[in-house]
Amino acid sequence: MTKHASPRSMTRRQLLASGTACGAALVVGTGFVAHPGEAWAAEVTALKPETFATLVQMARDIYPHDRLGDRYYAAAVKAHDTEDSAEMIEAGVASLDTLAVGAGHPSYVETGWEIDRVALLRQIETTPFFQAVRGGLVVGLYNQKEVWPAFGYEGESFSQGGYLDRGFDDIDWL
Amino acid sequence: MAAPYDLNDDGVVVIIGTGAGGGVLANELAQKGIDVVSLEAGARHNPEDFINDEWASFSQLAWLDTRTTSGDWRVAKDFAGLPAWIVKSVGGTTQHWAGASLRFQEHEFRIKTEYGDVPGANLLDWPITLADLEPYYAKAEDKLGVTRTNGRAGLPGNNNYKVFEKGAKALGYKDVHTGRMAINSADYDGRPMCQQTGFCFQGCKWGAKWSAGYVEIPKGEATGKLEVREQCMALQVQHGSDGKVTGVLYADKDGNQHVQKARAVCVAGNAFESPRLLLNSASSMYPDGMANSSGQVGRNYMRHMTGSVYAVFEKPVRMWRGTTMAGIITDESRHDPSRGFVGGYEMETLSIGLPFMAAFLDPGAWGREFTSAMDGYENMAGMWLVGEDMPQEKNGVTLHPDIKDQFGLPVPNVHFDDHPNDIAMRNHAYKQGMAVYEAAGATRAFPTPPYPSTHNLGTNRMSEKARDGVVNKWGQTHDIENLFISDGSQFTTGAAENPTLTIVSLAIRQADHIAERMSQGTL
Repeated sequence: MTKHASPRSMTRRQLLASGTACGAALVVGTGFVAHPGEAWAAEVTALKPETFATLVQMARDIYPHDRLGDRYYAAAVKAHDTEDSAEMIEAGVASLDTLAVGAGHPSYVETGWEIDRVALLRQIETTPFFQAVRGGLVVGLYNQKEVWPAFGYEGESFSQGGYLDRGFDDIDWL
Repeated sequence: MAAPYDLNDDGVVVIIGTGAGGGVLANELAQKGIDVVSLEAGARHNPEDFINDEWASFSQLAWLDTRTTSGDWRVAKDFAGLPAWIVKSVGGTTQHWAGASLRFQEHEFRIKTEYGDVPGANLLDWPITLADLEPYYAKAEDKLGVTRTNGRAGLPGNNNYKVFEKGAKALGYKDVHTGRMAINSADYDGRPMCQQTGFCFQGCKWGAKWSAGYVEIPKGEATGKLEVREQCMALQVQHGSDGKVTGVLYADKDGNQHVQKARAVCVAGNAFESPRLLLNSASSMYPDGMANSSGQVGRNYMRHMTGSVYAVFEKPVRMWRGTTMAGIITDESRHDPSRGFVGGYEMETLSIGLPFMAAFLDPGAWGREFTSAMDGYENMAGMWLVGEDMPQEKNGVTLHPDIKDQFGLPVPNVHFDDHPNDIAMRNHAYKQGMAVYEAAGATRAFPTPPYPSTHNLGTNRMSEKARDGVVNKWGQTHDIENLFISDGSQFTTGAAENPTLTIVSLAIRQADHIAERMSQGTL
């Protein structure tokens, strides 16, 4: 899963120097993708780091929540970084980049506006590649307990005795 | 004789399934001193075992064996391998149910007479009336501790209910309250009152909600007259040369197969597995499957007209706090064809957690239209719409021609096409549900499509005449006198109400009948 410290104990400055800027926020290095702003990096084993960076952007474009950092999207798509799915994912990302180039952009992640990236995704939304990424995100993103506070969701309450004395009927604006 | 029982003991009643039908029947028979062996495909999960985390609980409790789907219902597209959200566990789906416990209305036992001819629908009157069932409804309400019945208090309204009630009253609805729920509003039957914890669908960790799994089954076992064999999957009902059933072939948790002899067999495996078992029990004497001379086994599948409405408000609601379904508007449950459809529907409060909201709000949707809705989660209120759907002969359970389960038996395919009446009712219900929330100040509302079915009915239906259905008014199969159906598959029609209270009532009534027949020496 995503690590919240950079590999090889790199400082943010070293990381920026060693990698290639990729899209707005991610830096791609050998075997990893890093987010200097959020101070995390993910090791990538089966996929090309550039492919993984594209997946992270694609994940955000599929389920954009502006109050969630990229690390949650990276964690959600990390499950695709396996030998079994690498071929499909690499091919899918390559075709997405081809579509981007055809639309006059350098690549998918370097397509500046979300609306333009979404237009590219609409062209592939019935493909097994897109459906695998989108389907995995439904659980992979929203079932991370760490994202629940951003939505106000409190999760289980049994350990605190439920809400009988903690606000099950506290609505005050009706 | 007392439990455990020998495989060759042909004096026992074998019950397949331990849910609302089979679990109640097992306890009722054991209380009468009748020897019972219950075969349960699932494992035992008690309140302390339940997990208040939606996906983890789903993995723990849901019936996930292979099933296929067909038909034009949206579930077949959104959840092709999961036609139903039901449970494989001791206690069956009563571990998961929300607890809504409603009696059918008088006219809902005779809709062929009441509604007249509905093209494409295979309507039939029940062979019993509300008056026949009323004494058993009262017993069932006491067994389950149903709130707002027989002097018991209602549950307090949570935030989700308060929004719902405000909108309902603003819209002019008259009959809105916190429901008749099998969830304790005060300590009852050795179980505590509701602590407003939420996660009713994941199993009540307090035991405040009634479940056959941890209420009925232990009481039956305490008599010494009930043996529950867990993780034992029934594969075939067997019969003798006289056509009567003689026992049940089943596989234990290690895959070893056994035959339990039986005096009578009661099938309560839910509306998919019960007809599947009868179809998989075909023999030279019963080439179309057991108890299937009518050809109605597996047909007339009903799953209720369902849908949900969620709505976002300016300020937080936090609908997940407290009881999941303690709120109801019953004004639309009447039969009033002037609305453009026959039958009626209930509106019931509902909340699901963030993980399931992502899966169910609009399956397959993506992009900002979807995520901006999810961003409103904390400010959301929610309701479920549940109404009478039309039995159609083409809807139902068949054996898959190719796909086999782990025991080599064909898996069930579940086919469902919405009837035009179902669609008209759903559209009306969406409109009314959104109007309720708009009347309470909603800024945006979502008509959410049906989830995998939780109410699965009608696939071994009850009929007066043998040619029209599978069982008679006691749940006894028309064809085989010592074979009974004891779950929701025996429903002739589905009514607007959540089915569990009626399944329980029928099971109590069936237990009386079986005991009487045994004492008369006719079973």
